[in-house]
Amino acid sequence: MSEVIWGLGTSHVPSIGAAMDRGMTAEPVWAPLFEGYRPAREWLADHTPDVAVLIYNDHANGVDLDIVPTFGIGTADRYTVADEGFGKRPVPDVLGHPELSFHLLQQLVDEGFDLTVFGELDVDHGFTVPLSVWTPDPGDAWPCPVIPIMVNVIRYPQPTAARCYALGQALGRALASFPEDITVGVLGTGGMSHQLAGTRAGFINPTFDHMFLDAIQHDPQKLAAMTREDYIREAGSEGIELIMWLVMRGAMNAEITKVHSAYHVPASNTAAGLALFDNRAPVAAG
Amino acid sequence: MTSPSSPTAAETYLFDGPSSRRGRAMNKLFMSLRDEQARATFLADETAYCARFALSPEQTRAVLDRDWQAMLDLGGSIFYIYKLALMDGLSMQYLGGVFTGMTEADFKAAMLAGGRTDV
Repeated sequence: MSEVIWGLGTSHVPSIGAAMDRGMTAEPVWAPLFEGYRPAREWLADHTPDVAVLIYNDHANGVDLDIVPTFGIGTADRYTVADEGFGKRPVPDVLGHPELSFHLLQQLVDEGFDLTVFGELDVDHGFTVPLSVWTPDPGDAWPCPVIPIMVNVIRYPQPTAARCYALGQALGRALASFPEDITVGVLGTGGMSHQLAGTRAGFINPTFDHMFLDAIQHDPQKLAAMTREDYIREAGSEGIELIMWLVMRGAMNAEITKVHSAYHVPASNTAAGLALFDNRAPVAAG
Repeated sequence: MTSPSSPTAAETYLFDGPSSRRGRAMNKLFMSLRDEQARATFLADETAYCARFALSPEQTRAVLDRDWQAMLDLGGSIFYIYKLALMDGLSMQYLGGVFTGMTEADFKAAMLAGGRTDV
């Protein structure tokens, strides 16, 4: 069986990647954000899994509005970094793990999650920025193969938070039933609170974000019970991306240990959050 | 279980089914701008490019005038509209300023001060 060893929730704001690509991480507006990442990056560097599963959304780069899959999974052996209209990010393409993809697909479909299958997929900042948050200097290759799970969060109606959490729980079971003994990291991406369009543009809700950072560890059921209208009201039209963290959380154990969390406003128009969890239960003190 | 066809959160712009239908031609035009050659063709004759994608007269005017709010109102998705803004060298903070009646500098300052927590 494969074993989930960690879960990482992180924002995927494009400007975080741009700041890294352009060598701006030490500038005053960016330094606090990247300083907040440092302890998580150090821990992750010592805990490289055999494979990662990354839950993300596309932003009009890998798919368009002709076909909007509510949930999708990649089965390719390689995912090309998308040109989003201003050239590709200078980061490696992503190697996949088709055998595990096909296993997950079959298990998840058998459990009633009828995922759209991507035999080919260009991955945009929603995918590559979380990889950069994890591994700032990948060199020629990311630390391990990565399987994309795509969630529609930009076109209403998005899947419910409860459905995302249930997908994560099914993903956890599917990983556990994989015949090979491999370790897995799971990334849930997006958020935190932000609103890009309309008169509420610039909306940030730190009270909600801090509640979410705590509840994603201790009370994910509470987050899964929130409606999409709750998310849009409390976190903004784009803050609803946070439902993707629930897929990650669902794939983990009931009790997990926080390694590190960080919160910073702003990353361009967005509240940037990070939460890294060890999938083992906390060790009792003494 | 059923849910409203669109959320009730006041003043929160969101991209739903009716918006998607209304904005289909315009969003397809924006999507095409990922390609460098398409951007050159667009810039060479924007009116003709809009006609090729069968934009309505209102959508064509909004695109030609860079009326960002009108693009939203006519069914644009912010992630698609942003491709036109990027081509023009404009940032999401600039657009945030347009939508809220602020200059880009004031919008950036509001974000640096912790964002708009009262809307």
